[in-house]
Amino acid sequence: MKTFKIGGVHPQDKKLTAQKPIITLAAPKEAIFPLEQHIGAPAKPIVNVGDRVKTGQMIAEAGGFVSAPVHSSVTGTVSKIAEYTDPQGFSKQAIYIKAEENDEWADGIIISDKLETKTSLDAKEIIKKISDAGIVGLGGACFPTHVKLTPPADCKIDSLIINAVECEPYLTHNHRLMLEKAGEVIIGTRLLMKALGIEKAYIGIESNKMDAVNHLRETAEKLSDFVHIIEIVPLKMKYPQGSEKHLIEAITGREVKSGAIPASVGVVVQNVGTAFAVYEAVQFNKPLIDLFMTVTGSSMTEGGNFRVRMGTSMKEVLDMVGGIPADAEKVIGGGPMMGRCISNIDTPITKRSSAILCLEKQKTVREDVLDCIRCGKCMGTCPMGLEPYLLAKLTEIEDWSELEEHYIMDCIECGCCTFTCPSHRPLLDYVRYGKFKVGTIIRNRK
Amino acid sequence: MSNYTVAPAPHVHGGDSVKKNMLNVIIALMPAYLAGCWYFGIGALIVSCVAMVSCVAFEWFISKFILKKQPQINDLSALLTGLLLGMNLPSSLPWWMVIVGSLVAIGIGKMSFGGLGNNLFNPALVGRVFLLISFPAAMTTWPIPDQLSLFGSVDALTAATPLAYIKQGIFTTFTEADMILGNIGGSLGETSSIALILGLIYLLATRTITWHIPISIIGTVLIFTGIMHGIDPCTYASPLLHITSGGLLLGSIFMATDYVTSPMTKVGQLIFGAGIGIITVVIRLFGSYPEGISFAILIMNAVVPLINRYIRPKRFGAK
Repeated sequence: MKTFKIGGVHPQDKKLTAQKPIITLAAPKEAIFPLEQHIGAPAKPIVNVGDRVKTGQMIAEAGGFVSAPVHSSVTGTVSKIAEYTDPQGFSKQAIYIKAEENDEWADGIIISDKLETKTSLDAKEIIKKISDAGIVGLGGACFPTHVKLTPPADCKIDSLIINAVECEPYLTHNHRLMLEKAGEVIIGTRLLMKALGIEKAYIGIESNKMDAVNHLRETAEKLSDFVHIIEIVPLKMKYPQGSEKHLIEAITGREVKSGAIPASVGVVVQNVGTAFAVYEAVQFNKPLIDLFMTVTGSSMTEGGNFRVRMGTSMKEVLDMVGGIPADAEKVIGGGPMMGRCISNIDTPITKRSSAILCLEKQKTVREDVLDCIRCGKCMGTCPMGLEPYLLAKLTEIEDWSELEEHYIMDCIECGCCTFTCPSHRPLLDYVRYGKFKVGTIIRNRK
Repeated sequence: MSNYTVAPAPHVHGGDSVKKNMLNVIIALMPAYLAGCWYFGIGALIVSCVAMVSCVAFEWFISKFILKKQPQINDLSALLTGLLLGMNLPSSLPWWMVIVGSLVAIGIGKMSFGGLGNNLFNPALVGRVFLLISFPAAMTTWPIPDQLSLFGSVDALTAATPLAYIKQGIFTTFTEADMILGNIGGSLGETSSIALILGLIYLLATRTITWHIPISIIGTVLIFTGIMHGIDPCTYASPLLHITSGGLLLGSIFMATDYVTSPMTKVGQLIFGAGIGIITVVIRLFGSYPEGISFAILIMNAVVPLINRYIRPKRFGAK
């Protein structure tokens, strides 16, 4: 079985909710839509306070090419356009909508559960629909999908990779999506291939989800159009396989050079959730107004996989699974390796959300830090082949030029070094700070 | 606002710790240590226990009263240094010399650099070499293995080690079985090849160390002594005799692999191991000492910062 070559770790594989079918949660009573839910320029509001909006209606337009519009996930009235507090406690702009009882869908949106396999659209039209639907990469980076589908002219794309690795412990919503919506995922993948004008795609899945591998294989065969070849690739379990560069290397053997984009080796990577959203946007004109997420934790009995509308507050989602367990020490947005702590659970679900994980104290406690014993284990596990102990040390003594020469900007912040360190040194904390400093210096130089 | 902890990722840890690694090395040393106690009896027990107790005690006192920081004896590294030092000494060494050796090992070899992780040289070897140079007679007086001495006199008979015979050009003193089991003269923990190799297997199985350092040392010694033996079998002993005698296995499996004083990259470790192998053989064959592994490791310890500086890991997407 394939995997990437350099480094990596094996976190304990805790998929507590893998057997729980996806449940669609009810629309919220009040929905909050931040204008910044993606990488790039914030969206610009096109509604005013007091306006009535329908479900799926655009309420903020893209603020540039690298940007994405925002749509309302409810039918209701715009109550205010004001600041809200994001999960990390920062104040940002958002549109607040007071929802009505029933959904009234915006014009042109088709509500259907039937699998629609055919399309007569060409590449340009598909990309236009994806762009209008406000679709961004749902693997966490939130890079606008239509930008990725229009690669630079000097890059010849030959393959699409659908990232269904789900290498973070605890997360299961991609796994469930593949089991329950395999047809939609396959058609979504084919639409993305059409948009790119290519005939080869891979879906990379880690081997702890062989049921999804087999199910997708059968589905891909059944829905085959004999032009677009979709290969389902089981991968040997290893974190961080979901990292774009590492997934490309694992599947195609091509190495994206330091500082380059995947398109430079002829590959575009999209998340499996994005493929599903693309299917709905292109076939049914449905914008990105909801997403799949895992809500889980060791002592959470009712955790599971949910389809949640954007704008719903995290608290509301958590209340539906019986609230935060009493022994929770950290509430994390995302997985335990790369997720971010949530300090404010009244914050809404956005395109950036992927999971809510409640970790109890004994799992997440940081042990006392000892001196580096130079065992080199951090180097052995760094998937970028860097020297984390050295980067941490150089950050400590603030030697920014030396840090740049040791390629600190290549760090993907996967956390393998901190995860491995027997002296419990907060290596990534240092490296992140060093990266921020060096990044600023590099930007100022230009 | 809620009362939940906020900290940057990763939020979980793999569970590895300094203590776990030290404990694994101590466990891996047990077969060879027990074999030493079996062959050399009560003397072995006394020497090793004095070394362990005094190393831990010196670390505690120096941390507490000189460096004025919380002693870290819980990480078991001082205990391991004591055990390794004890196993590198003849079982007949007077107890006060063992204490002097422990003081040098912990005080100069380790704490003067700032404690675990900061030392340049393997502390146990610093202690051993200090004793070897200071008390050459006592350090090269080897009791002959005698199981009964556990109940009998500490002043057992003494005899030369295989390496001393090799130096004199006598290669057939001991049977192969005795060489492998450890029924030969030598430091109390170095004689049983089979027990040391058991320890190596344990260390590899628990992934405490990788094969690079021990195998590169042993391989280099095999090749080097093999060539010499091929050229002149009367002057130079066979490679297998070299591997199973002296402290080669103890040194290459347990001393050279010390995290703190060995290179971090695999390539660096191979260079480090090859260097130790070459220096050891040069001392054994052409030097005035019969054994050279301790000096070889210490010399290569000094080269480690240089190796770490120039041997870099393979980068992903290197241009």
